Amino acid sequence: SSKMAGSNNLINARRTVQQLRVEASIERIKVSKASADLMRYCGEHAKYDPLLMGIPASENPFKEKKPCTIL
Amino acid sequence: MGEVEKMKKEAEGLKTQIEAARKAVHDTDMAAAAAGLASAPRVQLKTRRTLKGHLAKIYAMHWSTDNRLMVSASQDGKLIIWDSHSGNKINAVPLKSSWVMTCAYAPSGNLVASGGLDNMCTVYNLKTPVVKIVKELDAHTGYLSCARFLSYAEILTASGDTTCALWDIETGKQKTVFLNHIGDCMCLALSSDMNTFVSGACDSLAKLWDVRDGQCKQIFQGHTSDINAISVTSQNTSDSCSTEKRQKRASHAVSSFKSASSLMLIFTNITIMANINFFPIGNAFITGSDDCTCKMYDIRSDQEVIGYQDAQLNSGVTSLALSMSGRLIFAGYDDFNCNIWDSLKGEKIGVLSGHDNRVSCTGVPADGMCVCTGSWDSFLKIWN
Repeated sequence: SSKMAGSNNLINARRTVQQLRVEASIERIKVSKASADLMRYCGEHAKYDPLLMGIPASENPFKEKKPCTIL
Repeated sequence: MGEVEKMKKEAEGLKTQIEAARKAVHDTDMAAAAAGLASAPRVQLKTRRTLKGHLAKIYAMHWSTDNRLMVSASQDGKLIIWDSHSGNKINAVPLKSSWVMTCAYAPSGNLVASGGLDNMCTVYNLKTPVVKIVKELDAHTGYLSCARFLSYAEILTASGDTTCALWDIETGKQKTVFLNHIGDCMCLALSSDMNTFVSGACDSLAKLWDVRDGQCKQIFQGHTSDINAISVTSQNTSDSCSTEKRQKRASHAVSSFKSASSLMLIFTNITIMANINFFPIGNAFITGSDDCTCKMYDIRSDQEVIGYQDAQLNSGVTSLALSMSGRLIFAGYDDFNCNIWDSLKGEKIGVLSGHDNRVSCTGVPADGMCVCTGSWDSFLKIWN
């Protein structure tokens, strides 16, 4: 019924406004600060990043082990 | 003026306000900020393992928190649990429905979950003598595109019915339903503290949610296509679609899938954000899309801070994973490759070539020791 549609429209419109009010109220930090923080994180953790630093063969669980022959 | 009209006016006003607030903090972008940073070294990774066993396209994979086991899901109707070190198959779990789109490993390692066009999320216990179904979580009215465990007791799902849901596994009921997306939800990523998650959808938006209160806290736009992939990093291994369009798409999905043509075909019609991952620190997340680009969004600036694109790249992004420090992004594409991006400078610094078909999933284990790619060629490869 058009009454239902009408009240649905109102409910949706109210919900949309509620959501936008939440989003409009957040504090935003400058992108320069956000970038600096992300860069700092990467910098501090780079040395622990195996894919970035490379993995010595002896510590690489995926490196093919040479076959051993028992004489 | 009627009340609906008043609300619409207020909504427009608020949108303008939000855009202005974003502009006001946009004093630079990440690439410019990182201009002085040394480039990441050219990354050349070798294939260390090719895991053979699936008989059809692989759609999803997920690492266990033990950094060694992983689960993969294929259109052949199986989940396979692999020991990545030995390359051996530990379990092969037959699925009731072979139209699987996602799989997940619980942090404890005891449970895995899968789901797809059956609209359900099925949770399995790996530790019983024979792998058993623990629960079938059945309430979504659309396909299950993604699932992630918070613990052995709770799991988050994203669905083609445009909702995400938090479930109590024991009772099988939804504790919280996340309603806000207008398009099919294609992917989700959980923050490492598990208090928030981001979802990507067919409406080309990414949304940040509070896990506990169900509130959508922030909405991010920027992609010109659906978000297929969303990465919240570290841990893991990321305006309106009318109901009619959605139904058409869903039925197209079913028929495409069943005729064995690409599942991804349904996504190419409707720009999707199909993958999403958090950055390790949780302040940012990366998305990958059908529009052939990836983007990083910072949560505290409430906007995109850098894009990853290349004029020569014109295939959609299907999947994403980040290295442990967040510096490297591994993005799987429709063109059979996985490209490696410097997350801070936005430069492409490597490529993983070796698959004979679309790369559908990627994952880096928590210890960051390798990257796994899964493909429609039915193989998984481990690289480092």
